Amino acid sequence: MNKVYNNRAWWLILPMLLLVAFSAVIPLMTVVNYSVQDVFDANTRFFTGTEWFKEMLNDPALQAAVLRQFAFSLTILAIEVPLGIGIALIMPKKGWQASVALILVTMPLLIPWNVVGSIWQIFTRGDIGLMGWSLRELGYGYNITSNPVDAWATIILMDVWHWTSLIALLCYSGLRSIPDAYYQAARIDRASKWAVFRYIQLPKLTNVLVIGVLLRFMHSFMIYAEPFVLTGGGPGSSTTFLSQSLTTMAIGQQDLGPSAAFSLIYFLIILLVTWVFYTAIMNMQKDNNKGA
Amino acid sequence: MSLNLENIDRVVGGETHIADMNLTLEPGSFNVLLGRTLSGKTTLMRLMAGLDTPTRGRVLMNGQDVTGRSVRHRNVSMVYQQFINYPSLTVYDNIASPLKLAKVGRAEIDRRVRGIAEMLHIEHLLDRQPLELSGGQQQRTAMGRALVKDADVVLFDEPLVNLDYKLREEFREELRAVFSERNCIAVYATTEPAEALALGGNTAILHQGRLLQYGPTADVYHRPIDIRAAEMFSEPPINIVKGTLSGSEISFDNTLHFPVGNDLSTLEPGEYRFGIRASHISLTPRAKSDIEIHMIVDLAEISGSETFLHVHNEHFYMTVHLEGVHEFRVDSPVKLYFPAHKVYAFDHEGAVVHIPTHLRGI
Repeated sequence: MNKVYNNRAWWLILPMLLLVAFSAVIPLMTVVNYSVQDVFDANTRFFTGTEWFKEMLNDPALQAAVLRQFAFSLTILAIEVPLGIGIALIMPKKGWQASVALILVTMPLLIPWNVVGSIWQIFTRGDIGLMGWSLRELGYGYNITSNPVDAWATIILMDVWHWTSLIALLCYSGLRSIPDAYYQAARIDRASKWAVFRYIQLPKLTNVLVIGVLLRFMHSFMIYAEPFVLTGGGPGSSTTFLSQSLTTMAIGQQDLGPSAAFSLIYFLIILLVTWVFYTAIMNMQKDNNKGA
Repeated sequence: MSLNLENIDRVVGGETHIADMNLTLEPGSFNVLLGRTLSGKTTLMRLMAGLDTPTRGRVLMNGQDVTGRSVRHRNVSMVYQQFINYPSLTVYDNIASPLKLAKVGRAEIDRRVRGIAEMLHIEHLLDRQPLELSGGQQQRTAMGRALVKDADVVLFDEPLVNLDYKLREEFREELRAVFSERNCIAVYATTEPAEALALGGNTAILHQGRLLQYGPTADVYHRPIDIRAAEMFSEPPINIVKGTLSGSEISFDNTLHFPVGNDLSTLEPGEYRFGIRASHISLTPRAKSDIEIHMIVDLAEISGSETFLHVHNEHFYMTVHLEGVHEFRVDSPVKLYFPAHKVYAFDHEGAVVHIPTHLRGI
């Protein structure tokens, strides 16, 4: 057989290359460009090398924001993952109840970030907000503008309300893919509910949970609009997360060089943590499959 | 341990899945449920296991009524068509799982798991996980789980369907060997008559949720009670030809006349439907007394080392089961032979009125 070599097909990936160049590579390179220079105006600039990076890494306000960010992401993961699995387990499996449950669970996911912030802002107001007013009437001096604990609790509650559905939906789909025969076999074995969860359902869920945890981590690490609308980062800077610090620096103060350096650090942190997560989970699975 | 089903009905959403089932399975017996898809095999097994409760009727175990008792409180085990194992546990832990749940001692568990694994030839795979194994090995693991706990009733729901031909033969032999030493009731569902014959024991023929016939497998095969049972328990189905018996002669649709053998002479003269097994027809006469028929080839279906030959004449169709590979041209004439003394006769309602006496083999 004569094989015809025709490499013109390579041209077909050109649109993709252009798209990626414009959407990712070129903007990122602009940021890199800014991060190593001090730009005054269109014609005046100085090369600064790693100076901005050093400054950013040593900035105590930013260090605090990074810690805050980690605390936030880990807290919401610790709540949303078990809660999401729990919700998926109790959701009805068939009939109209299943459709209703699916719609109800999906609802929070469809609300834009800004709107979620506004909803909770009103919800928590002491004078007209249902939650704020009720808590005060019950005798708790709830105030998110002066009490950092209240502010934190409210932001976490808001994120859990907004995003637990994502984990629940992913797990629900994972659970649906388990053939009925497994449950029957477990009943015949007289396995307990816990054993069914531990040995049948959880192993099936690991794959969707990897996706869920990664998505939720990346998402929550970039959170901006919700806390910005709800608390504005306060009281003080107690709920100022990384993206808000960055915005203040880049837009508010026009510190282009430092914010470019900070953006790159931010990006690398997310990349690094995601990679660590992914590798850790994959290794866990491999160990599992080898069997102890 | 005996299992009795008394007048069992199972109706789901107005649809009858099992109707008026009466069946008694003896202790230590190996029972095959034979029937096509949707004949009620799986439903019947679920009722036996206690996964479902009958709409009407009673289930007795050892004479004790267990109708409403859930599967958790019965001592049964089941093997499915899919290979069902705990995916995250090793083969050892999978087989041990029913014993652990039953709080059996560690040393006892180890002894029994290793014993079963050896019997099923998977002792070298005990540390592996099910998904790393081949289909046959996965099914062996599932069987190990079903056999290890000394259940009173062990149910097999078409367990070999997803395995290849050679493995199935191997499995069948092993299964019979395993159960010959046990005193539990084994129930095995299959769609294939050949599998039922290979497994032996007893066979129950199911059709549309009803029990057509139950008895020792060879007996049910050789002595069908009616046309339907004969058709269900033969592959290709037994050939049914309308004919007339008059004095000393049988004629098929007035075209083929042949003398009646001794054993048919007791029948009243009249209209009958005659049954000739596809495997009893041959290309060359096996005895001088064989009847010759002239047919036209519709299709020669070659399956493995066998040929299913579909033929017709102006009046009836027949299917012939030939050993070996034979090729025929479509529409070509063919001469076929069958022994007159191996012909079944059924009355107009389909009930059997004559069973040939010289029956041997299949």
